[in-house]
Amino acid sequence: MLRWIYSGLLTAVIFAVAGTFSPQSAFTEDLSDWKAVEQKAKGQTVYFNAWGGAQNINDYIAWVADELDKRHDITVVHVKLDDTANAVATVVAEKAAGTDEGGSIDLIWINGENFASMKRQNLLLSPGWAEKLPNWKYVDHESKPTIQTDFTIPVEGLESPWGMAKMVFFHDTARGIEMPDSFAQLVEWTKEHNGRFSYPAPPDFIGSSFLKQALSESVADPSVLLEPVDEATFSEVTAPLFDQLDAMHPNLWRGGRTFPKNKEALRRMLADNEIDIAFAFSPAEASNAIANKELPDSVRSFVFSGGTLGNTHFVAIPYNASASHGALVLANFLLSPEAQLRKQDPVIWGDPTVLAMEKLHADKRASFEALDLGIATLGPADLGPTLHEPHASWMTRIEEEWIRRYGVAN
Amino acid sequence: MILKAAPALAIAVLIGPILCGLGVTILPAFGYFPALGGNEFSLDPWRQLFATPGLLRSCLISLATGLVTTLLALAVVAGFVAGWSHTRMFRAIQHLVSPLLSVPHAAAAFGLAFLFMPSGWLVRLFSPWPSGFERPPDWLIIHDPLGIAMMAGLFAKELPFLMLVTLAAMPQANPRPGSMIATGLGYGRTAGFLFAVWPSIYPQIRLAVFAVIAYASSVVDVALILGPTNPAPLAVRLVSWMNDPDLTVRFKASAGAVLQLGITATCLLIWVAGEKLFSIIFARIRSSGRRFDKDQAVRIGFSVLMIATAGAVFAGLFILALWSFSGFWPFPKAFPDELTFNTWQRQLPGIGQPLTTTILVGIAATIFALALALGCLEREARTGRTGGNRALALIYIPLIVPQASFVFGLQLFFLSVGLHASLYALILVHLVFVLPYVFLSLSDPWRAWDTRYAQAARTLGASRNSVFWQIRAPMLLRPILVASAVGFAVSIGQYLPTLLVGAGRWPTITTEAVALASSGDRRVIGVYAFIQMLLPFIGFAAATLVPALLFMRRRDMRAGS
Repeated sequence: MLRWIYSGLLTAVIFAVAGTFSPQSAFTEDLSDWKAVEQKAKGQTVYFNAWGGAQNINDYIAWVADELDKRHDITVVHVKLDDTANAVATVVAEKAAGTDEGGSIDLIWINGENFASMKRQNLLLSPGWAEKLPNWKYVDHESKPTIQTDFTIPVEGLESPWGMAKMVFFHDTARGIEMPDSFAQLVEWTKEHNGRFSYPAPPDFIGSSFLKQALSESVADPSVLLEPVDEATFSEVTAPLFDQLDAMHPNLWRGGRTFPKNKEALRRMLADNEIDIAFAFSPAEASNAIANKELPDSVRSFVFSGGTLGNTHFVAIPYNASASHGALVLANFLLSPEAQLRKQDPVIWGDPTVLAMEKLHADKRASFEALDLGIATLGPADLGPTLHEPHASWMTRIEEEWIRRYGVAN
Repeated sequence: MILKAAPALAIAVLIGPILCGLGVTILPAFGYFPALGGNEFSLDPWRQLFATPGLLRSCLISLATGLVTTLLALAVVAGFVAGWSHTRMFRAIQHLVSPLLSVPHAAAAFGLAFLFMPSGWLVRLFSPWPSGFERPPDWLIIHDPLGIAMMAGLFAKELPFLMLVTLAAMPQANPRPGSMIATGLGYGRTAGFLFAVWPSIYPQIRLAVFAVIAYASSVVDVALILGPTNPAPLAVRLVSWMNDPDLTVRFKASAGAVLQLGITATCLLIWVAGEKLFSIIFARIRSSGRRFDKDQAVRIGFSVLMIATAGAVFAGLFILALWSFSGFWPFPKAFPDELTFNTWQRQLPGIGQPLTTTILVGIAATIFALALALGCLEREARTGRTGGNRALALIYIPLIVPQASFVFGLQLFFLSVGLHASLYALILVHLVFVLPYVFLSLSDPWRAWDTRYAQAARTLGASRNSVFWQIRAPMLLRPILVASAVGFAVSIGQYLPTLLVGAGRWPTITTEAVALASSGDRRVIGVYAFIQMLLPFIGFAAATLVPALLFMRRRDMRAGS
């Protein structure tokens, strides 16, 4: 009961205080005096808005919360989202209502379109802070360009890297079926294996990623994808993609008349033997599913030798966060070698680190190298080349075009 | 006197938030929403909306779902009650069907999907022998383009709801003498009941029927699990536009929300016109003098439909429960290789907090709703003013206005009054949805109460208050408890308002279940669906058991059981 009274009072106080300050104050904290930041963060409650659809990730965040409570006297509350866009919507609603201080979100797990949207509307804590965090010194921004360019949008320190993602496919080796090695081969493959492949319908993240993979492979000149869509050449550039999709769809699961909702549905269909290939954006996906008894232990991962899409995911602080100091300390902790090591452990989560091995102390590097990535996880050397994410406008236009062509049954 | 304020307070609770929410919905539908850069009125959102591929089809699916599911569910309930009331079979099936009411829509839909999908349990049961399937057949059963699976899922859930409101209305219709006379005149059981008794039941349950139509025409969760995908029904697309990271899509979403309002209204208008037509046909048949005395096949048909529906939902729930204890469970095995508590062990630690919030908010909202509803009804009884149709229209608003459209506006409203993310705001927004259901479930039995009991008591010197506390309330205990159970169940089912108004700070079992449902892991879905189903079940069990215990020795108080 006390908690509710407390939260009621807190809300009242926040609004009273918010009313007395001038809105839209820029963030002027000096991050080089990190001790002072930690001091101010003491006792704060950080509402961390993060997708809550996977138990292993939720468990990892619960561990982070414990550590922050122990080390910094910060309470971390994981607000489990089913769609990150809801958190963006909350900040928009708060801005509309004039809540420029004391907002309900302190940290968001974010990237891509959502980041682009928040950056465009000045909904993020600025000026950039991520590159001033103490643990930034370990970050591998040199050989991982997606850390400073999120879907072609410059990050400018407005979000702090958390983990790496790469598209990997997986299949059940016990079925003894030859796997394709490119999108073009996949189209051929579906002719022989009728009804045994599908992909999540856009605008699902993985479904759209699959389309971007197919686009990147089928486009004549990949450099056009780094620029915003030019309407004049859009249909010409995408013609090979949609020709191949047209050819492939009748051979898909359910004849391409309906599509699975997300990668989890895809994984379930692989487990049920409804399809032969599933895919995800995390190299450890298959190993995790095997450990969790969602897939048989004969499942293995593979990538296309010509490369697959890759990107980085981040955490960002809204401009009106109530506990921005606490959020900074949390973001810094997420970058620590200890937290990154635990996150890469496939038994815990299996999300690849954003840190550079050569920047770490020898003992930490040894711990990373000693990790057993799991039977179905490809090591860093086997993950193949990384294809760049196209400019965010391509995803939007491809989704629209896909829905126009295939989103309406005849 | 407090009583005097009850109607005004109820109206404030219902209308205040909704007007704010609607305002913030309608303005952007016409291009005006400065926070998103819409500074002047325009029709652009409507142009964008109508340019959306497959919009007409989405609307037609929504319209058809609203009408078809309600018509079928109502027909089966009427047919079954007519053919079997006051039989042992009736009581048995009633006890079979009633618990289904407490099953949240999403859980029931998941259960049915797990049962009927090509890799589901029924196919597994017959594979690889005798079906010959080594792999699941490539059949388009779930997510079919016409929405038949979705309608079936809704039908299975609306059937127990309509059954229960019909049962609650039965004592006031006093079915026994009417149907006995009709049977005495040579009418078949079914026809006799329909001719003599149904006309006095239907007006009592009409509001509930309208709520079912409105719900079915704007449902989101069941549509996501079972419904067509390309295109999806309007409400599903609406929510996805609302969540689009490109915030300018909100304008189109708002226009879509207004359109959804229109679709639901159209459904209701068509239904009302259908009622007129039906009553003409019904009167013709009745005055034709035909007795329909050979109705054995029809009666058996209705009871089979009831049993099959309830059986399918129960089987689905059993499969859900089985999944929550299973290890790896490949096709075509009908049972898992190993049973384990792993999933439960992993989920339980996280359940305490959401469970507390769920129960607390549900009970608080139900108590407020019950107090307001009883206050209004008692005030109405004492003044003799029913408030007329205008007051009724107000009660309808939260049931007709699709949630997705006005909850976003509500969120803005609470922000501006400083109640955002507070428990009070959460209870208040639940109250907005709980109050109408409580009022609708309660008002008809309440009004149909024979006021001569009150007159007799007053003649004997009882005060108005003691008439209320000692006669009317105890006599109407069953509908009061049923209304409370309905209110509690409605509160538990709230997803969108809890998520938006609670700003994620007050997770409930339902918001956690939907968040985890996106994981697609049947075992986790099984755990949450089980808890989600257990809570309202406890409420309805109490609504059934308490009067049965209290009135164990008073037969006439047990009417309708």
